[in-house]
Amino acid sequence: MPISMNFSLKRKARLCAVILFLLLLAAAIASMCLGASGLSPRELWQAVREGVDSPAARILLYIRLPRTLAALLSGAALAVSGVILQGVLLNPLASPNIVGVNAGAGFATLLCACFFPAAATFLPAAAFLGALAASLLILLLAGRMGASRLTVVLAGVAVNAILSAGTDLVTTLEPEATLGMSAFMVGGFSGVSAARVYTAAAYIAPALLLALLTADRLDILGLGDEVAQSIGLRVRRARVGQLMLASVLAGAAISFSGLLGFVGLIVPHALRRLTGGENRTLLPLSMLGGALFVLVCDTIARTAFAPYEVPVGILLALLGGPFFIWLLLRQRKGGRG
Amino acid sequence: MIQLKNMSFGYGETPLFNGLTCAFEDGKLTCVVGPNGSGKSTCLKLCARLLRPGAGEIAVDGRPASAYDARAFARALAFLPQSRPLPAITVRSLVSHGRFAYLGLSHRLRPADEEAVESALRKTGMLDCAARELRTLSGGQRQKAYLAMLIAQGAQNLLLDEPMTYLDVRHQLELLELLHALRDAGKCVVMVVHDLALACEEGDRALLLHEGAPLYDGPAAALLASGCVETAFGVRPRPGGVRFERA
Repeated sequence: MPISMNFSLKRKARLCAVILFLLLLAAAIASMCLGASGLSPRELWQAVREGVDSPAARILLYIRLPRTLAALLSGAALAVSGVILQGVLLNPLASPNIVGVNAGAGFATLLCACFFPAAATFLPAAAFLGALAASLLILLLAGRMGASRLTVVLAGVAVNAILSAGTDLVTTLEPEATLGMSAFMVGGFSGVSAARVYTAAAYIAPALLLALLTADRLDILGLGDEVAQSIGLRVRRARVGQLMLASVLAGAAISFSGLLGFVGLIVPHALRRLTGGENRTLLPLSMLGGALFVLVCDTIARTAFAPYEVPVGILLALLGGPFFIWLLLRQRKGGRG
Repeated sequence: MIQLKNMSFGYGETPLFNGLTCAFEDGKLTCVVGPNGSGKSTCLKLCARLLRPGAGEIAVDGRPASAYDARAFARALAFLPQSRPLPAITVRSLVSHGRFAYLGLSHRLRPADEEAVESALRKTGMLDCAARELRTLSGGQRQKAYLAMLIAQGAQNLLLDEPMTYLDVRHQLELLELLHALRDAGKCVVMVVHDLALACEEGDRALLLHEGAPLYDGPAAALLASGCVETAFGVRPRPGGVRFERA
């Protein structure tokens, strides 16, 4: 029955959201407990009840909590940023790391950290500007070149190359100031400072809320410019506005997590297969899914090889690279993304 | 009601329209015909504000088109372009996007919007496939889904760019019936068509554009007898043409 089909699609999305949320809760508890000095869930609960004085509570408050929050926030932000970029560029291959948005944010973060080390509060803002510059450049190039799927990716390669060269230039010319930046380039949360996470959260939280409220515009942009405009959307404004949201999200995430790649590609694609392509449904689910994905990956990366810790960026690249190749192959076969 | 007064427009250097004046009336189905490149689609896009005229005025429901804000304009005039991407959404979502110009800050459909969507789906006979994805439908059904979106938009003026192209005769007929119903409800319905026989027999008025000027602007039934078709296309009707109706 068609009507019940609609119902079941909605129900499927809702069920998906509930499952993702429960998994996220479990992963968050696991992430808080697991680590060099393991805590049992009971110890965790005790620490929460007894307050800051116990050693367990300190580990929680100063190490595990910031790290868990960092993974949650950057995962949610990067996945939603990917959904938005894919919607605005009408291109399922677009994701912050592929079209150069990450590289832009990274370059700007590096510049800011190198030349204005005191202005750590503004790192997310600088990263946002870098990400925005890159995403506007891609929008411009895509408009000029006809926005075919592979063209946008190729334009991204070019933008990535230019920005990476800039990054390399800075690290070569200012080796002292950029010491310790190699971890940033790989992307990961080891030694993430709580202050940086909370600063970035002040950017990410409102941007996520706005993205949730305006997700229908992404769907309308998908109807094509002419239809979108004739049902009353101011197309150019909506497109630039959405790109700004994507840039805030990717930029703020990258300002503390480093250049994490592929979250914005893997998460939306996996969820699209489950619940269909409508951004109104996909965007909130991707928020949960992105948070879950990065949190799980980070927990694995920092515990599986103990006492060594693998930066989660490496794990994501190991998963994401092959996934991207698989997507490209599917595109060539004419399958839908 | 749409009035074009002394409107000029050109792509790049070459002028297409040089002082075009015409009107599309309420309660009429106007068929815009003409050879390829005569400016039919351009004329509709100018009315829909997708293109900006070089000079002249366009009035929609008696108000200059440029005086509307984006949403108010969408509530006054709906336009269906000929070519569109194929988005991955369901028919119901597509139709509900027709209500975009009515939504408040929360972007949620209110009961009045839900009612408009239901009614548009019912009128077009798309209730049964409301939950299906657009890309799983046939060309004719897709066209009806888009028409449902236009109906949900609730505008007084509806402009359609070649809605009949690629449709089989049965779907053409169904679409025509829907357009006639809209016309009978007092709407101003304008469509670009290539099928002259269809324009003459099913339209109320015909506008024949030729080299950027209205060569014929009058009752559709008198188009063939006017001799303008011969001037514009270099063809004339063969006696005993054939049109179809529902069996």
